[in-house]
Amino acid sequence: MNHDARSVVVEELVKRFGDFTAVDHINLETRKGEIFGFLGPNGAGKSTTIRMLCGLLTPTSGRAIVAGYDVAHDPESVRQNIGYMSQRFSLYNDLRVIENLRLFAGLYDVPRSLVEERIAWALEMANLRGQEKLITGTLPGGWKQRLALGCALLHRPTIIFLDEPTSGVDPISRRQFWDLIHRMSGEGVTVFVTTHYMEEAEYCNRLAMIYRGSMVALGTPTELKHKYMKGELLLVECEPLGPAVEALGSAPDVVDAAVFGNALHLVVGNAETAIPAITEFLRKREINVTDVEKIQPSLEDVFVSLTSEHDPSRNLAVQA
Amino acid sequence: MLARLKQMLIKEFIQALRDKRTRAILFGPPIIQMLVFGYAANFEIHHVATAILDLDHSQESRELVSRFSSSPYFDVRRQLTDRNQIVDLIDRGEAVIALQIQPGFAENLRKGQTASLQAILDGTNSNTALIASGYVTQIAQSFAQDYQRDRMQRTAPQFVKLVPSVELYQRPWYNTDLKSRWFFVPGVIGSLTLVLVTTLTAFAVVREREIGTLEQIMVTPIRPWEFILGKTLPFFLIGLVDVGLIATVGTFWFQVPFRGSLLVLLTGTVLFLLCMLGVGLLISTVSSTQQQAMVTAFFFIMPAITFSGFGFPISTMPQWLQWLTYLDPLRYFLVVLRGVYLKGVGFAILAPQMLAMAVLGIVLLSLSVFRFHKALD
Repeated sequence: MNHDARSVVVEELVKRFGDFTAVDHINLETRKGEIFGFLGPNGAGKSTTIRMLCGLLTPTSGRAIVAGYDVAHDPESVRQNIGYMSQRFSLYNDLRVIENLRLFAGLYDVPRSLVEERIAWALEMANLRGQEKLITGTLPGGWKQRLALGCALLHRPTIIFLDEPTSGVDPISRRQFWDLIHRMSGEGVTVFVTTHYMEEAEYCNRLAMIYRGSMVALGTPTELKHKYMKGELLLVECEPLGPAVEALGSAPDVVDAAVFGNALHLVVGNAETAIPAITEFLRKREINVTDVEKIQPSLEDVFVSLTSEHDPSRNLAVQA
Repeated sequence: MLARLKQMLIKEFIQALRDKRTRAILFGPPIIQMLVFGYAANFEIHHVATAILDLDHSQESRELVSRFSSSPYFDVRRQLTDRNQIVDLIDRGEAVIALQIQPGFAENLRKGQTASLQAILDGTNSNTALIASGYVTQIAQSFAQDYQRDRMQRTAPQFVKLVPSVELYQRPWYNTDLKSRWFFVPGVIGSLTLVLVTTLTAFAVVREREIGTLEQIMVTPIRPWEFILGKTLPFFLIGLVDVGLIATVGTFWFQVPFRGSLLVLLTGTVLFLLCMLGVGLLISTVSSTQQQAMVTAFFFIMPAITFSGFGFPISTMPQWLQWLTYLDPLRYFLVVLRGVYLKGVGFAILAPQMLAMAVLGIVLLSLSVFRFHKALD
């Protein structure tokens, strides 16, 4: 099992809390050294899945093999081989930077002869050298996240689970953090990361989109954009937006219509024929159209398209 | 394995002792509370506010009144002239006791008949009223006895020797002067320790759960017993130091005699602390927020003190409640404390209490280890 190229194997994983199914028959595999993104809105079941993979929650049914060990039967061996960063910052705010590092080095059974070396490495990686004596609670958000990552990596795990690692962190720190994630992946560490930032999802090697406990798509960002869009994407700039999106819901050829910023994104069967038709359709309804053009879908478009398919009522689009 | 425990302990001690304020909270309040409670917890009655309505105005009645005013138990504040004043004074709480000497008091005495003295008491505080009425009885009886003897001496001295009487010699052991403070100070030591150690322990674990650090700890290979030992050992030691501090205050400030051996007290304290750590941990396993822990701790602390024999004697509780008190670790610790302090007894006599605390401690601690899973669900 340990020579397997797969670092995480999830089969038919289910977690129920009473009547509520938080995770509904999820299947996925990650390869060693891969950055695997778990994308979905809040409450979709991302954290629940990660917690099951870390042995913090017991699966209701299904199986999860992490680093070669079954999380339900051998959670201790799993813990020895993984790093975990939870959604909330969860180091000790009242300890110094160095004290947190020493604590986790000890808790993760880092051999005594290696402790100082690993701590030095973590400080270097987190760019916190010289800040060892600072009280953790006084660090800025981005520093805290890097320290938390450093603590989670002290025992050199082969897989690291990051649950929304960059929420509440400024864009520059977020960028720096993703540089670290890429560095880890380059060293062969599997990075399993959840996020609801679409632009972060683009940095992942592969993505699973999760919605209301179910996995709705799986693939590389490029695959997702091509495979899961039911048609081509048009950008429509017009005034006023509200009546436009409402009217377009019943327009011929339009699969899906949604507001994106101050414009509309339309999914249509064929862009060539749809552009003049849509322009005409809107003009007739006294909507002022300034631009209609074909664009490349973003992950957000894919996500909106997929979720409206699963749950039409949630989407802004009104479908015939 | 020991490295994990060692790191947990280092972390706990840093968190508990580095901050000046936290440090002050651990050791300051117990000492202050011991000082305050030591003074407050006292059933003795002195200077009871007393009003006297003497309707006889005789030499005898004045003699009786002077016995009251010269007693340390009564503070004669008002000499009344009218019966109606009594109601008013007692209603206002300006007098706890009103003594009324009926007209004809001296006359009856001189005739060799029964003379009456009426005591009206504010029974709101039944305990004070009960004790005060006891003192009234004592004074009235000694007055009557002296008056009888005096009269006989004067009228028929040859018969004085023939009057039989029983004289009572009271010898209260362990507390010759029956100072209630000697009874209460060991009780205060026990209950302070109970409150301190259960709440500290319960909060220490729940705080980690609440701020999320517990989740981070749980994904490390640490074993549940290592975590629990790491969490409780510091509070065990802090509890031990606190018991030492407040017991010192009790012994040297309040002059409660310490007649037994330090080793017996130490053993009893260790066993009691095990029980309290167990209770604290159990509270923490059923609470997910500090607020819940506080309420749960409150529901434990109040009955634990009430049923321990701290103030209310267990022997007067209904039988079913008495059975319940056997589950209260403080019940046993108070016997150990009072036994060591006042009686100076040792292991031979306190063995049942020690055993009971050991059993309760083991059960409570195993239960909490069993309940503490390394999982969130």
